[in-house]
Amino acid sequence: MPESAPATARSTRRITPKSIVIWTLVALVGAVGWGVLALSRGEEISAAWVLAAALGSYAIAYRFYSKFIADKVLKVDKTRATPAERLDNGVDFHPTDRRVLFGHHFAAIAGAGPLVGPVLAAQMGYLPGTIWIVAGVIFAGAVQDMVTLFFSTRRDGRSLGQMARDEIGPFGGAAALVAVFAIMIILLAVLALVIVNALAHSPWGVFSIAMTIPIALFMGFYLRILRPGRVTEVSVIGVALLLLAIVSGSWVADSSLADTFTLEPGTLVIWMVVYGFLASVLPVWMLLAPRDYLSTFMKVGTIVLLALGVVIALPNLKMPAVTEFATSGTGPVFAGSLFPFVFITIACGALSGFHALVSSGTTPKMIQKETQVRLVGYGSMLTESFVAIMAVIAACIIEPGLFFAVNSPAGFLGTTVDSASQAVHSLGFSISPEELTAAAKAVEEPTLLSKTGGAPTFALGMSEIFSAVIGGAGLKAFWYHFAIMFEALFILTTVDAGTRVGRFMLQDTLGNVWKPLRDVSWKPGVWLTSAVVVGGWGYFLWVGVHDPLGGINQLFPLFGIANQLLAAVALAVCTTLLIKSGRLKWAWVTAVPLFWDVAVTLTASWQKIFSDDPKVGFFAQRSVYQDGIDAGKVLPPAKSMDDMSTVVTNSTVDGVLSVLFAVLILIVLADATRVCVKAIRNPGTAKLSETPYVESKVVAPAGLWATKEEKAELAAVGAAASSGDGSGPSGDSDGDGDSDGTGGVRVGTGAR
Amino acid sequence: MTGRGPRWWRAVRWYVREFTDESAYDRYVAHARKDHPCAAVMSRRAFERKRTDRQESDPRQGFRCC
Repeated sequence: MPESAPATARSTRRITPKSIVIWTLVALVGAVGWGVLALSRGEEISAAWVLAAALGSYAIAYRFYSKFIADKVLKVDKTRATPAERLDNGVDFHPTDRRVLFGHHFAAIAGAGPLVGPVLAAQMGYLPGTIWIVAGVIFAGAVQDMVTLFFSTRRDGRSLGQMARDEIGPFGGAAALVAVFAIMIILLAVLALVIVNALAHSPWGVFSIAMTIPIALFMGFYLRILRPGRVTEVSVIGVALLLLAIVSGSWVADSSLADTFTLEPGTLVIWMVVYGFLASVLPVWMLLAPRDYLSTFMKVGTIVLLALGVVIALPNLKMPAVTEFATSGTGPVFAGSLFPFVFITIACGALSGFHALVSSGTTPKMIQKETQVRLVGYGSMLTESFVAIMAVIAACIIEPGLFFAVNSPAGFLGTTVDSASQAVHSLGFSISPEELTAAAKAVEEPTLLSKTGGAPTFALGMSEIFSAVIGGAGLKAFWYHFAIMFEALFILTTVDAGTRVGRFMLQDTLGNVWKPLRDVSWKPGVWLTSAVVVGGWGYFLWVGVHDPLGGINQLFPLFGIANQLLAAVALAVCTTLLIKSGRLKWAWVTAVPLFWDVAVTLTASWQKIFSDDPKVGFFAQRSVYQDGIDAGKVLPPAKSMDDMSTVVTNSTVDGVLSVLFAVLILIVLADATRVCVKAIRNPGTAKLSETPYVESKVVAPAGLWATKEEKAELAAVGAAASSGDGSGPSGDSDGDGDSDGTGGVRVGTGAR
Repeated sequence: MTGRGPRWWRAVRWYVREFTDESAYDRYVAHARKDHPCAAVMSRRAFERKRTDRQESDPRQGFRCC
């Protein structure tokens, strides 16, 4: 049996009275937070209670549940060398300080996702989203990330697809590969759609986002030619230029240039597609790398600012705890009732399959100690979940009437503030036409109606919070466009990077059929496959912008289903691995979230395919509009026969995709079940492709702060190390310049 | 290369350099000197070029999520 964790790896810490008191207090904070959320009846409550509930729960989960998984389930082994230590080549394999890797991993998993889903789900009130984000991350999302990271670390950083192929079989592996590719296309289309919706008719936004291209080109040139490798200084210059671009956007919007930068959604789609293609075929150093530095700086900076802003401003939540759309399923933002649709709308922040792609592959090659999967895997995901909680707060502190006016499709609201006011009234919320005009004026936008996709709503909430802390109402417009810029920046980076990954996968697969295509330096092949990928997401983007029923409304559920499908693949791989490695007793740790995820995804797919309600079911929708065409009638919100046939085509494509996703998930599950049953019946036959044990020579703490025992261990080897070394950059005991000398020390020579 | 200034400043500087991977070149030099003492060490310019061009050939490295 491949079981190989010595019991010595675990420390036997005694429980002190002090720690009992502290953890009781933490539990009380969380419990009081949830108590207030549960007991409030219609009155406005402060966002502080949401924060208390979330942070208290995270702390308890991290302290107890993640420790249980690390020690009892995975049996992480601090004496076992990680791939970073064994294969250290100074480039992609190198042991990285746990605190740095936490930052890298967090920056890689968190993007626009946790800011979009929770905003859309707020149509059902703040409570369903908050509960799912907190419970989902604790029992599913963070578990998936941590366990995937652990198993990939034991396999030299193999990717999820490779692990699926090795451990489940070629059939399940191929299904996983197709799933990843399909999801990539939908993901890119939906993210691009979010940006197009935010920028349409907004000269300020379009100008400042357009300026990021010359700024990135300048930074790329600086790093390539002027001062190679000076990332920090060029990022500081870049961020300063970025702020200037946001400020100057306001001047452009007030000048005669405004018309040039006022673009229709359709025009923006063409620009996005052209940009996506060019960016993905240009060298990495020109656009992608510098843009990535910029967006990472902005991401980390803004998230820290936002957390501070929420804590200082402590705004009140104006959205009801639960709206009637939770049960009726007739919400204008997306159709369908709470179960399953809240759970697929909020993926990133609670459970996101995409993270498994980062947790396998990149991060495992850099982790210093197996014991650190808890901090890096579980801890980073908790942090992302916190970002999602802030998005819930941002969406729920604005007037509910305004929320629905911003997030409902144009077909429902009409095009004037009067019609929008009436439409919002029909939903049971109220906002006057004057208030709608004033809200748009406060952020210096021509209109806020039907700015669907979540980004504008988040930006409104963020500008509300920030202007309460700094600058007052006068800075509202600046903060609004700052938030739009912040989201657009990393969505554009994802569009570029995602197109490249999609292209790479396509080249790899098509290369089996026709050899030259696999060569990544053969330009015509690169252009062709790039064009295919861009064409794929470009098609859905175009469809999303022109869909009379509203693009976000139609496409976001598909994106959610796709993302949760990938989570099912990751959790199935994890469960299979737990069973195959003789941990059947603990397989529920990933099996329970897997069953939940499958229940959610398949119920959503079932409803999207078979529901009789034309608002929910794609094929029911198709037949309603097809019957309309046959009878020669135009059904609202379609305005013409062309609109009618657009709806028919889109519903058919979306329905077929739903079927495809459901079939893929069933294939992976069936194949994984086969392997698991075999392993349970006949444990001797289970073959693991784990890398054999090699003893570790590195001493490093597991958590963020070194414990007393860990400090003693470090001091014991650190003294020996630094005496023979003396070449450390800043004279810290372990020679890596970190703040408290707990970075990690190699036993013996001391030289790195 | 030696850091100057108070302890907290060195700590911040260290973290930022590691986080942005600006320290990749120093790591490479240390690695090259230790494991291949006879081989020529690339200049920073050449190293950074090679590093970004590597990302070109396999874009899955450093992929960002939604």
